[in-house]
Amino acid sequence: MTTEQDLSSAVLRGLKVVVVDYESGNLRSVAKALERAGVCPVVSGDPAELSNADAVVLPGVGAAGSAMKTLHRRGLIDPLRGFIESGKPFLGLCLGLQLLMERAEEGDVACLGVAPGRARRLPSNLKVPHMGWNLVEFTGSHPALREMPPKGYFYFVHSYYVDPEDAGLAVGFTEYGLRFCSVLAKGGLLATQFHPEKSGPLGLKLYRGFARHAAALAGGG
Amino acid sequence: MLTKRIIPCLDVKDGRVVKGVRFLDHRDAGDPVALAAFYDVEGADELVFYDITASADERGIMLNVVSRAAEQVFIPLTVGGGIRTVEDVRTMLKAGADKVSINTAAVENPRLIQEAAYAFGSQCVVLGLDARRVPDARPPRWEVRVRTGRGGGQPTALDAVEWAAKAAELGAGEIVVNSMDSDGARTGYDLALNRAVAEATPVPVVASGGAGNLCHLRQVLQEGKADAALAASIFHFGVYSIRQAKEHLARHGIPVRPV
Repeated sequence: MTTEQDLSSAVLRGLKVVVVDYESGNLRSVAKALERAGVCPVVSGDPAELSNADAVVLPGVGAAGSAMKTLHRRGLIDPLRGFIESGKPFLGLCLGLQLLMERAEEGDVACLGVAPGRARRLPSNLKVPHMGWNLVEFTGSHPALREMPPKGYFYFVHSYYVDPEDAGLAVGFTEYGLRFCSVLAKGGLLATQFHPEKSGPLGLKLYRGFARHAAALAGGG
Repeated sequence: MLTKRIIPCLDVKDGRVVKGVRFLDHRDAGDPVALAAFYDVEGADELVFYDITASADERGIMLNVVSRAAEQVFIPLTVGGGIRTVEDVRTMLKAGADKVSINTAAVENPRLIQEAAYAFGSQCVVLGLDARRVPDARPPRWEVRVRTGRGGGQPTALDAVEWAAKAAELGAGEIVVNSMDSDGARTGYDLALNRAVAEATPVPVVASGGAGNLCHLRQVLQEGKADAALAASIFHFGVYSIRQAKEHLARHGIPVRPV
């Protein structure tokens, strides 16, 4: 006898979820959080791995300039753009959100340009980096966010925030001196300024939502 | 609104958690990985592992503790104690630490802060500041001390507040202010020291040393202007739960992440 639960956990384990390794940040925590959500992630910086992935996670901390350089060097720019355009589930985290914009103020570098707009420096009258737990108000929808409460606390560490030109792409907001877009969604893409893998049970719930969304699209239910 | 953080600190020696009273007289308070997982569930906002022996041959034990904790803990983890080089920072980050705290080595070689911040970003570089009041100084002054893992440490000629400001300029993304006078005494944080550092630096300040009751936590987050309060024994020995601490702070109008 196979229960519905067995089936869905088998589908989750069968997914190919690629965590993009470009020497940026704590990939181990991201991988562990995905494992908690029931998937067996592949941590890789090989562009070929993206071509047949069911879902991709772009983590990242640090500076936009050096991150873009590494993505270039590893030939990841076009594969990432292509994957996002396909509409398959994509999760950007922290710097992985900022890199989706056209440009980053930090070093004035061109980024992936998936979403029109810029990553801007947080106002200097505040303590920067914005570090700690802050409230996210979910104002829009995305299939991976179905089980999120309307508001919740998540862990932030960043000095820049995204300012998308298309206000419709912002589906979550946070206040720190100004009200900024802390969650962005576009098609299959979901990206957060906070670190869900560092945000306790609620963060793990976001990973579960992402994994289930990927499983549903992969034909598992 | 950004909340104030409550951070249990786990002093680790030979792979076990101990809590020193005034940095001496170590008592065993348990397995660091089990405690870390417990605090994650309890609602701690972050965790700090501090390697108090930090001799080279014991580094492997600490790395193992960090990597096992990182598998089970889904809140930020800071590791400190005996970090001397950029390579040490890299090793700890790879093991699963989110931030690395540097004390003595930063005093001896301030460029280490700059190099680590350049290599990994300011967000993961924490200055650990051990400070002791200069006796009878009016207005109060504090002196930086190094090698505090054993006894009272060694004096330096550095002014603690000036050093904190300098470290932030060099790229430290956070400063843990540890009062050597109040550490382990449970008589409250050094409010003047924390306030002075918080006002002199543009980065978040974590108060450490002296928590004996919930009122102390509140005082340092309000009067001491700290962004986070670190405590050890009041949590490890079950004097208060994280929930009790947060409820107390919330009643006093301090924003906290509800448990």
